[in-house]
This record gives sequence, structure tokens and C-alpha cells, in this order.
Amino acid sequence: MSEPVSAPVSALNGASFQGFATIREIGPLGMITLRAKGVKALDKAVKAVTGTKLPVQRRIEIKGDRACGWMSPDEYLLILPYPEVAEALAKLAKALAGEHHLAVDVSDARAIFRIEGDKAADVLRKLSPVDFERLEPGELRRSRAAQVAAALWAQDGGFTLVCFRSVAGYVMGLLTHSAQPGSEL
Amino acid sequence: MLILECPYCGVKAEETELSPGYEAHLKRFGPGSSPEEFEAYMFARKNPKGVHFERWRHTYGCGKWFLAARCTATLEVFGTYPAQVSEPPADIIAKIQARRPGWTPDGKAPK
Repeated sequence: MSEPVSAPVSALNGASFQGFATIREIGPLGMITLRAKGVKALDKAVKAVTGTKLPVQRRIEIKGDRACGWMSPDEYLLILPYPEVAEALAKLAKALAGEHHLAVDVSDARAIFRIEGDKAADVLRKLSPVDFERLEPGELRRSRAAQVAAALWAQDGGFTLVCFRSVAGYVMGLLTHSAQPGSEL
Repeated sequence: MLILECPYCGVKAEETELSPGYEAHLKRFGPGSSPEEFEAYMFARKNPKGVHFERWRHTYGCGKWFLAARCTATLEVFGTYPAQVSEPPADIIAKIQARRPGWTPDGKAPK
């Protein structure tokens, strides 16, 4: 018994599609929603978990397989390796003890996709009301993909898109259809 | 297509990213108020042709409620501002008056 029975499984079990861009469902990734505002120890707490500084408005700070994204004035998304979530939550609880905050493990509530290739932006352009010409490097944009909420950012020559796990199949369908060969913009 | 800039995250969000919240700056009348006051609070809405203040929620973005001043006739947007105020801020009023000379928040002629 090397693997525990409840080994984490990503939403679509790593589904992928090769169109004019490559779509890959990745994960599982550890994700923590951290809600806090105006808390002194926040910088340090985030640094201890992701190794990054606290992002300013609409930015995501990425360091290796860890990241911290600005989701709203009082919400941050921490991304880290899946097995380290429990430890990270303990670190946050300790660093922010006595401060008004909320840190929750949302790893299993999310699905995460990579859209890669020269024309990766074209895949998303059809789905989101986002001006990709003006999307800056390191900018995290929360918007929608067709009918569901999604957050996306440019990373390593492609895009990373996060959505709710319950709509992972829908989003995979959208991305697959949008990346059909011959449908480039 | 209405495009409003969310004052919390700075995104120029188009209408499909937002949810409408109808008239802004309503004053709540609860227990202890007269039936007339409560009726007006509950049902009477301004519905002007022209300058209007509205609540909007950046639903697909940061999820925050904000307020917007716009013209219902031309869809011109005068500005958006955070929702933690009980009346339109001075800079928004100035912007509206620059575009609509003679306009005042309470509808009375300026002195």
C-alpha cells in the first residue's frame, strides 16, 4: 500500500486536447483562499507559504510552483503543491493569530487548465470579455469564460486558467471547441 | 454596450461581467418609520431620463459592489465610485455638471 486510497484526483484526470493550441487540464494543485485586509503580518504570512511578496492590485506573484494572486481588495489566492496545504494552513493560522482573517483550503473546489501555443490568446479571446492586447505580464484577470467565472493569467508562454471544479467539464468543452484547428482568429 | 470601470480592481468591465443593483443611495426606513416613508423606500424609484446613480456588482471579477453615475438616455458614464458613501462624491458631481450644466443632485436649480 504505497498510495493512500484517497489519492487526490484532478477534475478531469489530466484531460488534454491538441488543436491550434494545446489545452491541458493540470493539477491537482494546492490552493488556499486567504481573506484579510489591512493586517500587518500579511506580507510575512504569505511569504512563509509561497515565498513571494504580497501582490498589488490585479497582480500575481509567481515563484516556481508557488504563487500568490490578488483576487479582490481583501482576497488572495495562494497556489502551492497539493500535499503542502495542511502545513501551509497551520503556518497561516500561526502567523495571523489574533488578526481578523480567513484561510480555507479550496484545492478540491477548483479546476486548473493550461492553454499553450503561439495562438493561445485566440482560444481565450473567443470566451472572455478581456482585452488580451492590454493584459500585462503578471496580471491576474478575473472574468468569465462564456457562462462561468474564471481567473486567468499569462505564464510560461501560455495561459493558466482557474475555474470551479463543478464546471470543469464545461470549460474543457469550451476550450476544446475554441481551439478547433481552422478556427484561429 | 455599457463599460464601467470597477473602482476596486480597476478593470474596465463590460456589462456582461457585471450585475445590476438598481438605484443607489436609497435611505432605508425600517421599524418605527411611517407607512408612507416605508412605502416610498420600498417601492418608489426615481427612474429618470437623464442622470442616474446606480449600484453595480462586479460579479465575474472581484465580486464587489460599486456605484456608477450615468445617463439613462445616452448611456454616457460620468464615473464610478466605491459604495461606502451615502451620497455622490463631489468629484462625480463636478464631472456630471461639466457635461450637464445646470444639473444638481436634488433636481433644484443651482443658486
